[in-house]
Amino acid sequence: MARQAKNAPDRGSDTLLDIRNLRIEATAYPPGEAPRNLVIVDDVSVKLERGKVLGLIGESGAGKSTIGLSSMGYGRGGVRITGGEVFLNGRDILKGGERGLRKLRGREVCYVAQSAAAAFNPAHRLMRQVVEASLKHGVSSRAEAEKRAIALFREVSLPDPEHIGERYPHQVSGGQLQRVMTAMALCSKPDLIVFDEPTTALDVTTQIDVLAAIKKAIRDTGVAALYITHDLAVVAQVADDIMVLRHGKKVEKGDTHQIIKEPRQEYTNALVSVHSIPHEEQKPAADPILSVKNVTAAYGGGDVKVLKDVSVDIYPGQTLAVVGESGSGKSTLARAITGLLPPMAGSVEFSGRTLPPRLANRTRNDLRELQMIYQMADVAMNPRQTVGTIIGRPIEFYFGKRGRDRDRMVAELLDKIEMGTGFADRYPAELSGGQKQRVCIARALAAKPSLIICDEVTSALDPLVANGILKLLLNLQKEENVAYLFITHDLATVKSIADSIAVMYRGSVVRYGSKSEVLQPPFDAYTDLLLSSVPEMELGWLEKAMAGRRMEAAGN
Amino acid sequence: MGASLVKLVGKRIGLSIILLLAVSVLIFVGTQILPGDVAQSILGQSATPEAVANLRAQLGLNDPAYVRYFRWLFGLLTGDLGNALSSGLPIGPAISERLANTLFLAFWAAAVSVPLAILLGLIAVRHRNGFVDKLISASTLAAVSLPEFFIGYLLIYFVAVKLGWFTSVSTVYDGMPFLSRMSAIALPATTLTLVVLAQMMRMTRAAILNVMQSAYVETAELKGLSRSEIIWRHAFPNAVAPIINVVMLNLAYLVVGVVVIEVIFVYPGMGQYLVDHVAKRDVPVVQDCGLIFAAVYIGLNMLADIFSILSNPRLRHPK
Repeated sequence: MARQAKNAPDRGSDTLLDIRNLRIEATAYPPGEAPRNLVIVDDVSVKLERGKVLGLIGESGAGKSTIGLSSMGYGRGGVRITGGEVFLNGRDILKGGERGLRKLRGREVCYVAQSAAAAFNPAHRLMRQVVEASLKHGVSSRAEAEKRAIALFREVSLPDPEHIGERYPHQVSGGQLQRVMTAMALCSKPDLIVFDEPTTALDVTTQIDVLAAIKKAIRDTGVAALYITHDLAVVAQVADDIMVLRHGKKVEKGDTHQIIKEPRQEYTNALVSVHSIPHEEQKPAADPILSVKNVTAAYGGGDVKVLKDVSVDIYPGQTLAVVGESGSGKSTLARAITGLLPPMAGSVEFSGRTLPPRLANRTRNDLRELQMIYQMADVAMNPRQTVGTIIGRPIEFYFGKRGRDRDRMVAELLDKIEMGTGFADRYPAELSGGQKQRVCIARALAAKPSLIICDEVTSALDPLVANGILKLLLNLQKEENVAYLFITHDLATVKSIADSIAVMYRGSVVRYGSKSEVLQPPFDAYTDLLLSSVPEMELGWLEKAMAGRRMEAAGN
Repeated sequence: MGASLVKLVGKRIGLSIILLLAVSVLIFVGTQILPGDVAQSILGQSATPEAVANLRAQLGLNDPAYVRYFRWLFGLLTGDLGNALSSGLPIGPAISERLANTLFLAFWAAAVSVPLAILLGLIAVRHRNGFVDKLISASTLAAVSLPEFFIGYLLIYFVAVKLGWFTSVSTVYDGMPFLSRMSAIALPATTLTLVVLAQMMRMTRAAILNVMQSAYVETAELKGLSRSEIIWRHAFPNAVAPIINVVMLNLAYLVVGVVVIEVIFVYPGMGQYLVDHVAKRDVPVVQDCGLIFAAVYIGLNMLADIFSILSNPRLRHPK
């Protein structure tokens, strides 16, 4: 009995969560080497009072998810909590054993994952999954839990709250699923919710809705939260306090205002000011290098039109940014230009001549002039080839250079992307995310193209790394006079690099012109929505943005 | 259920029918290519050429091949399987009795082995990499590694001869009481179970372990569910499709692959019937048996595909 009393939650004190000197380790098994011990979190202490929201912020690998999950005594992928204590509701949960942890997971602490689409079981209806934890822990009867779930669906402003629970996960959009997951976490009336990048995978216009729903739900239910993200502007909207992490160590902690307005550490300052790259807009030249004329393209033999009468021009040595949310046809435009998806109507002209619509009919020189860089750098490279082989391949293919000539050009390119010649013998797996993307840039440059299509090239990268890539791209543009077609959903990126902008919405270009024109009011409804949805590092931005909206996001 | 689902299932059934027709052509052509003349082999080496010619005409062997094929196919569709050459008796009644025996044995072997294999697979996942998991893997693998005739003889030696629990000869006949029938097939059914258990068990284990990597399993874990609840409620429903496929393959084996077992236990099933008539060069019987085996195989695989389609919520509940 005495032992049980010791493990029982005590909700008397103000302190809900008290993590002391947490140390988390994992064992890495690099191929061909002895297993190595990695310290993922080193001596981090976190204190959270009831009803408060603490933002954990940092780049990938900072240990923020790992710390968040430690509040549930959970180590993802074989990480071990090797030191410290985790006090929740007054007792050290690490001493309660597996059984004790199961009792508190889903009852005292609930979890909201980054990708709700993957975190819901595809085989069961939503309602069954939403009430599961409540039933498991005996919080309420099924009827009561379902009633509460419906109330919560309404709270997070889901459409048709009475019946949405009858659907399967695949029948609901990504933004809605993320809100259902928030409702699921709230359903068993927990004391703490761990939000692990809940809006990162969403479109910017959907993100703001979900963010508003989460904020409202937190306020109305009085639940405490750990809000994990890499986006400082996002966390500034919901958190009372923010802790900045790097390499598994605490950088600084303070209230939200102090962190974003008066950061004490240099690293925090870098995070706060990350988006500002000065870029002077260039005036369009006389003749475009590439001209897309009234292109219409479709998948499934003309059934699904994804591009409708799209016309844009790209000028030599300049950047056209194509913005829009997922499904707006941005990447399809790139496929139509490169000939991967021959357009049904319209044409693509390159320095004055019309390109054959099909990839197979284009000459080798046509191919050389148009290069691509992709979002996922690691799957865009052959993992069994060295960096030297990857960059050297276009040099051999387009210019017939071999041996020492080729190696010299590879070395020059490595120099251009600010990586040393020592990298030529490395394999992609040995590189960081940013380095991989740099190699892909070098591979595209190796062909000496006039135009590079960059498809969301910085979306998968941490803000600081992404910033480095953008600066590199801008410098290379000056040196090589290469034009970019820059596809992105991130408007901050657009502001930093574009000379002209095309805003796409459901397959059509809704706004097109030079950067200054496009970003100059008055806006059409969609551009306004897009621009007003980009989180700003201001307290109270979210409320202001929600109040000023003129149209609903497409993901709703 | 959506119209697309009906279309998908209908397509699969149509494909199976086409496949079965193609197999019937193959079987027919195959038996025609075989050397030897049916009339000659019925009458023996000493028959006069006239007698052979008369018999050929009587059997319709002088007609073109496609006429004989369609005559055979039409007969099959109307339930007339033709007459056996060796005995002159109609094949239909003989084959249906044998088929009933084979299906009886296969049914009971399946009724034991399928639930047992899935249960063992679930237990193996529950105790993954532990002693129980290794014990289950080792013992089922050992059973499948032994040749089936060896398992059969082992069972006969220990269970039938030494212990005397069951007879070593599995004779069944018409009007035999159900319990004695069950007692007669106990040993062959046990042998078959041991032979098919390992593959189904290991597929169940592998399919569930694969699903256990999913994000939604982590969600379930973070709801505080126990490992057994997670496996049963969250992993198993998503691992059904590959498991069904392996189960159906093994069910097909239980029907068409039991020749050796039937011979060892002297069980009057299809396999023995086929082997007997191959030896007698009784072409019509061989053709009919071949087609029935093909139909079972194709039918079960079709069922596996249909169940897999139905187990996918995306197809069952379209947007």
